[in-house]
Amino acid sequence: MKTITFSQATLEAMQEEMARDERVFVMGEDIARQGGIFGQFKGLPAQFGTGRVMDTPISETAIVGACIGAALAGMRPVADMHFADFAGVCFDEIYNQMAKIYYMFGGQKPVSMVLRAPDGLVNQAAAQHSQSLEAFFCHIPGLKVVIPSNPADAKGLLKAAIRDDNPVIYFEHKALFSMKGEVPEEEYVTPIGKAKVVREGKDVTLVSYSMTMNLAVKAADMLEKEGISVELIDLRTISPIDKETILNSVAKTSRLAIAHEAVKQGGVGAEISAIVAEEAIDCLDAPIVRVGAPFTPVPFARPLEQAYRITPDKIAAAVRGMM
Amino acid sequence: MCAMPVRKEATLPLARYDKETLKFFYETMVKIRNFELTVEKFFFDGEIPGFVHLYIGEEATATGVMANLRKTDYIQSTHRGHGHTIAKGADLKHMMAELFGKSTGSCKGKGGSMHIADFSVGMLGANGIVGGGFTMATGAALAQKMQKTDGVAVAFFGDGASNRGTFHEAANMAAAWKLPVIFLCENNQWASTTPYRTTTSVDDIADRAQGYGMPGVIVDGNDVFAVYEAAKELIERARRGEGPAILECKTYRIKGHFVGDPEMYRTKEEVQKVLEETDPIPRFEARVLKAKAMTKKELETIRTRVEKELAEALEFARTSPEPEVSALYEGLYV
Ligand SMILES: Cc1ncc(C[n+]2csc(CCOP(=O)(O)OP(=O)(O)O)c2C)c(N)n1
Repeated sequence: MKTITFSQATLEAMQEEMARDERVFVMGEDIARQGGIFGQFKGLPAQFGTGRVMDTPISETAIVGACIGAALAGMRPVADMHFADFAGVCFDEIYNQMAKIYYMFGGQKPVSMVLRAPDGLVNQAAAQHSQSLEAFFCHIPGLKVVIPSNPADAKGLLKAAIRDDNPVIYFEHKALFSMKGEVPEEEYVTPIGKAKVVREGKDVTLVSYSMTMNLAVKAADMLEKEGISVELIDLRTISPIDKETILNSVAKTSRLAIAHEAVKQGGVGAEISAIVAEEAIDCLDAPIVRVGAPFTPVPFARPLEQAYRITPDKIAAAVRGMM
Repeated sequence: MCAMPVRKEATLPLARYDKETLKFFYETMVKIRNFELTVEKFFFDGEIPGFVHLYIGEEATATGVMANLRKTDYIQSTHRGHGHTIAKGADLKHMMAELFGKSTGSCKGKGGSMHIADFSVGMLGANGIVGGGFTMATGAALAQKMQKTDGVAVAFFGDGASNRGTFHEAANMAAAWKLPVIFLCENNQWASTTPYRTTTSVDDIADRAQGYGMPGVIVDGNDVFAVYEAAKELIERARRGEGPAILECKTYRIKGHFVGDPEMYRTKEEVQKVLEETDPIPRFEARVLKAKAMTKKELETIRTRVEKELAEALEFARTSPEPEVSALYEGLYV
């Protein structure tokens, strides 16, 4: 094992995959000269040239559309969205083209590409640079959506996403880029579609992903001290969702809490709640609890952002309330 | 208000064209025309469901362009995509079956008319989203460049679609990176019920090429020879690595926007006049007969062959099975 940052981990994934497969290339705004705003592409052009690490015009629609076209013509592109918030600019390309081409054309060719989307709350960036938009993408059949919570998964999932023949949206939380963590020395990929039981417990199942997963771990530590044993699940992939792991855990603990940074309304937590309500309501000893952001845009001022933000305390309080 | 500007015929002597090319021109145009007439009939008979947009009157464009393309070149089509698909060399049987929603269709009955595609001949898809193809064609061209082939991609689009932002983003990117993509405008004068001049800021779409630093060329889109020559020049230029271009083909949409369109927005006389003066198929016939480049008999033979192929395609489509309901969940992921 070695200890590297999340951003370094995604860079290693790119380096290894670009070296392994010459069809892999990446394009986006300010990624070649600048190395990406989070340093996640630093050194990549020196290694592979600006023919494979391309600075694009500020044309999100053309970036995603061109990657789709290149994928159909035999390449394996990675498109960088700069900020996940900008994906709205090219949403048509994402949900009408990229997601549908394989199904709608009867399986003639999949769109083998990755869309990298840095998301989440960071540095009081406010309403248009801090969103967690993942639920939109989970509502679209044909896309796979992955969302790592630590450097090891960031690397493994990015490699898996690049190798996957299907279009994959890869969310990377901006506040995680500097996070350090242990990453295996040897080659590995993290399977898409499999959640991970991060910690076993017997009183309550706590499901989370991305940045919030790290807060859930802290919440679980607090609860543990109070004698509440928490089973922690890191979803890692949010579409398709790993129902089996969730249902198995709920069967064991009889309680379910879900925590994410995105607004609660219409969020991934709602989907998981519905799955468990539909398929395992008999197992439950308490109503399901969801922790998510209030239904407002992300505010700017510190106290407001603080109030908006999910914290370990908020998660722990929600879980306490269901015991 | 919206009559097609009459343009001079291509004046190059027909002796320049070998018999194969002339035959390709005629056979492709007749194939598209008859395919579309058949589709119209079976739509009205209730056997073809969904939205159907016909290409009648615009056959010379697809034909003239595609005569310059290889199977390995790519095209992105529009919602009016049957003609492009046929001209790129797709199998009529599977196309027709797709329109009927059959399991033997080129998209296994998952696409229908608006989403017809045949990747085996480089036809990367019709599109229900107007202007959806510009950026994807640009990407297909980028791939060709990265793979160091001398292949090209052609993005077909209508005058209406030229007002989408996708056009401008793709044109800039393609020009900035000198990608081998041709933006092929079929200006049929109409965007659904709206005459083109009322919504578009320039007289000619090709003028917009200037803003992106690429050539913009205008031709009579109902003259297959003119389209062929202009497309040839721009495509060869793109193959040499000299970058993208816009080719605007002035043509006219003879039928309604979609099959069943009551066409309240124009007069029958306007359409009749265009048909009489500029219909690309009689024009081609008159020209080759006059120049003695082809005989009546040769034209007749081609028409008979097309009729036979079409009858077979129809029979295949009508007798093919519908997809099993289990196919609903098939093909979401690889
Ligand atoms: C993005 C989008 N907007 C609107 C429509 C509805 N629509 C379908 S075809 C069409 C007109 C297109 O005109 P043009 O691009 O000139 O092509 P033509 O139909 O003349 O071949 C419209 C408005 C659509 N399908 N997609």
